[in-house]
Amino acid sequence: MESIKSQQVTFKVFRFNEETDYLPYYNTYVLDVTHEEVVLDILNRIKWDHDGSLSYRRSCRHGICGVCSIKVNGKGILACKSRLFDLVEVFGNEIIIEPLSTKRVVKDLIIDKKDFWDKHASVKPYLVSEIEEHPASEHLVSPHDAEKLLEADYCIQCGACHYSCPALAINEEFIGPAAFAAAYRFSADVRDEASLQRLHTVNEEAQGVWDCVKCMECAEVCPKDVNPIEKITKLHNMVFEAGIAKNNVATRHAVGFAHSIQKHGLLDEGELVRYSEGNIGVMKHIPEAIAMFAKGKIVMPWNMPKSKNLDEVKKLIKSSSTVKF
Amino acid sequence: MEKLKYALYTGCTARESTPELLKSTLAIADKLGIELILLDEASCCGASHLQDYDDFLSLVLNARNICYAEKLGLTMVTICNTCQLNTAMTKHRLDTNPELKAKVNVKLAEVGLEYKGSSEVTHFLYALIQDFGLKNLAAKVEVPLSQFNIAPFYGCHNIRPSELQNLSNGGENPYTPTSLDDLIIACGGVNVHYEEKNKCCGFHAELQSPRTAAILTGNAIAGAMDANADWMVTPCPLCHLKLDVQNHGASKALGRDVKLPVLHMPQMVGLALGCTPAELGLNHHVTKVDFV
Repeated sequence: MESIKSQQVTFKVFRFNEETDYLPYYNTYVLDVTHEEVVLDILNRIKWDHDGSLSYRRSCRHGICGVCSIKVNGKGILACKSRLFDLVEVFGNEIIIEPLSTKRVVKDLIIDKKDFWDKHASVKPYLVSEIEEHPASEHLVSPHDAEKLLEADYCIQCGACHYSCPALAINEEFIGPAAFAAAYRFSADVRDEASLQRLHTVNEEAQGVWDCVKCMECAEVCPKDVNPIEKITKLHNMVFEAGIAKNNVATRHAVGFAHSIQKHGLLDEGELVRYSEGNIGVMKHIPEAIAMFAKGKIVMPWNMPKSKNLDEVKKLIKSSSTVKF
Repeated sequence: MEKLKYALYTGCTARESTPELLKSTLAIADKLGIELILLDEASCCGASHLQDYDDFLSLVLNARNICYAEKLGLTMVTICNTCQLNTAMTKHRLDTNPELKAKVNVKLAEVGLEYKGSSEVTHFLYALIQDFGLKNLAAKVEVPLSQFNIAPFYGCHNIRPSELQNLSNGGENPYTPTSLDDLIIACGGVNVHYEEKNKCCGFHAELQSPRTAAILTGNAIAGAMDANADWMVTPCPLCHLKLDVQNHGASKALGRDVKLPVLHMPQMVGLALGCTPAELGLNHHVTKVDFV
């Protein structure tokens, strides 16, 4: 039999009861942890052996219900899936246990996920299809078509990405990575008939995909490897392919790269800002441009560097472009 | 030690708005005896925005860039995190998907090129740490930066997603990155701990979501200031543009004055190696580098 390894770990656990507490505080527990234990085991031990009032969500214990998601030393995890020994290896033996969002705490590690569910619902996260009541045959999806869903189907709505997204933390309108992944999941389904509607939802300014900051936090944190940022990129592509990309600063910012590369191989930074913002919008960048110019940070159009063998780049853009704006 | 030699993919920024990055990169390579061959044929990586518009086109163009490193038989080094991400992502997708690779090669054949997958792609930061070695670097330090508290700012696209980045960054954990901290220590400096060091600077949403971008920039500088940093250092020119040029907007969005000198990673190494401010292009900074 494998011998049980154990080590001492200090746990600082976030506590707050909105009915009785004015401010949150942390309780400290020093426990011997074995190599088999996951974070949920520790929460159970604290509740059962030390303080019965500690509140947290738990249900399936199999990494599939998504309710036990919390943060450990700032990293979103599923409590039932994350081994303490692995966490100690990364963060050292002081483990800080917090709710996914300290702003939305109801009690201790339990948060109100209303914002998450509202946004999730806003993308119609279900198949929209007129189905005959008595179909003559099954509506089969080929393996090839099923592959297009990528891993978007694996999402368990735990909210780890949603509450790790820095764009969402600042811009409350932003729909967020989990709901975008769901929007992609159903829009990429060949049986679905609401794809265009969803694409319009994710194409809106402020709430839509254009406000993603591309930090890759969602891809990193997801406990089910959904890779939401990949689906966000796909939604960008689908918006262009569907021909519904609006002519605005966000879309021009993407298209402007193709224009610049076509002309110089490299990106013409100044022209990208002018093209994206438009001749009037670009005015607000003038103070910054003057400061940069004074420090030799702006290349004049006549000095714009070009890639060697530019004709190759031009030829490839001509032959390999797949969309039009 | 055998002389290190790499194909340098400069990216666009180092040739335009951050000339000091290219200058300081070449200066420290010279000091350390590292040979860098500039990939002048390379085009823009698309910075994740071309990818949003036309994914296949971006794959073809990035593959073409790698082809030129392959022709030289060298590892490609990048000096911009976003170039690193987009190039490494292209390489990974082509190396793991023969069908896609074949499709891209049909296009590249039109200009007489073939993507093979034979060159590695790594950021100069990791080439310095893994290939040159921190001990060797520390041995070359002439002016230890011991009087400075230095705040490392990692930049997202060198550390996330770790599944991809760990192929070239020595297994750096994105939640507890150490490379830049280790480099600061090797240069004799004091590394500062602060929560924002591995967070986003907001650069990629700057035009379409200026408030979000400004607050993220502000949070980063404020975090470093509150941790008592004298200055910041970053391996990414895009983070540098946000932190160095746009602290006014960040201060306004945050309702608090935030401002710190920000050095590019090779500028910091250059200072420790005894390069002059002119050799490192310190005159190109908008936020004055007032400590040298």
